[in-house]
Amino acid sequence: MEAVGLFPVLVVSGILFLLGVVGVLTRRNLLIVFMSVELMLNAVNLAFVGFSRSTGAVDGHVFAILVMAVAAAEAAVGLALVILLYRNRLSVHMDDLDLLKG
Amino acid sequence: MFEAALFYTFSALAITAGVLVVTLRNPISSAIALVSSFFCLSAIYAILGAHFVAVIQVLVYAGAIMVLFLFVIMLLNLREEVAVPWGDFSPRVVVGFMTAALLGGGIILAVSVVGDTGLISAAEAGADYGTIRSVGMAIFSGQFLLPFEAVSALLTVGVVGAVVLGKRNL
Repeated sequence: MEAVGLFPVLVVSGILFLLGVVGVLTRRNLLIVFMSVELMLNAVNLAFVGFSRSTGAVDGHVFAILVMAVAAAEAAVGLALVILLYRNRLSVHMDDLDLLKG
Repeated sequence: MFEAALFYTFSALAITAGVLVVTLRNPISSAIALVSSFFCLSAIYAILGAHFVAVIQVLVYAGAIMVLFLFVIMLLNLREEVAVPWGDFSPRVVVGFMTAALLGGGIILAVSVVGDTGLISAAEAGADYGTIRSVGMAIFSGQFLLPFEAVSALLTVGVVGAVVLGKRNL
């Protein structure tokens, strides 16, 4: 039996995920919202790796790597969008992005 | 015991860095806190025997993605500090924390259902566990071949999309 159980891994993962949720829902800076999303993705990766260690199969590692690839694509497109928004609105503050408001 | 001590140390550091990401005013400081959180998570992966994932975490996340973030922050030249919503009790902040609390309840419920099953030991997992060889075998000879190819297509789409969005006029 390993010294660390599955429970502590899931608790750490859950805490990191909730931190990401708080960041996404309360911060108004687009870049910090993006960073919070990355934090949530990392929390999910930690849960994948923990579950993988509890079953002994490496499937969780494959999932974690796929999540990282998706996160890389998401960061590339998302940051391009941030640059585009900054060019048009001269702001990355989410309250300034109210073009669709009636 | 040594492994457990390392695990709890790096977990505490990762959570501290995560709190800093959400609370700091300057986006650059947040990005640096996020990098340290990624390094701590990489150490946790190594403790859990996921050596390949640990290396990829440092290379892709702490390396590539965070450099992209820092470049964009510096490119945008954000001089003013960002206002932090702590202390004001606007509906947005209250609703945000209430949603997080609700989700936290759900996570606690889910984790308690899973229970503490314990992890298998390094000897049980085998010397091959988490190495590039075993992960590569799982990807290329198992049911993950199609998802892997789909991810490569997704990355191509992402790069093309980033270029199209970033160019001033095509």
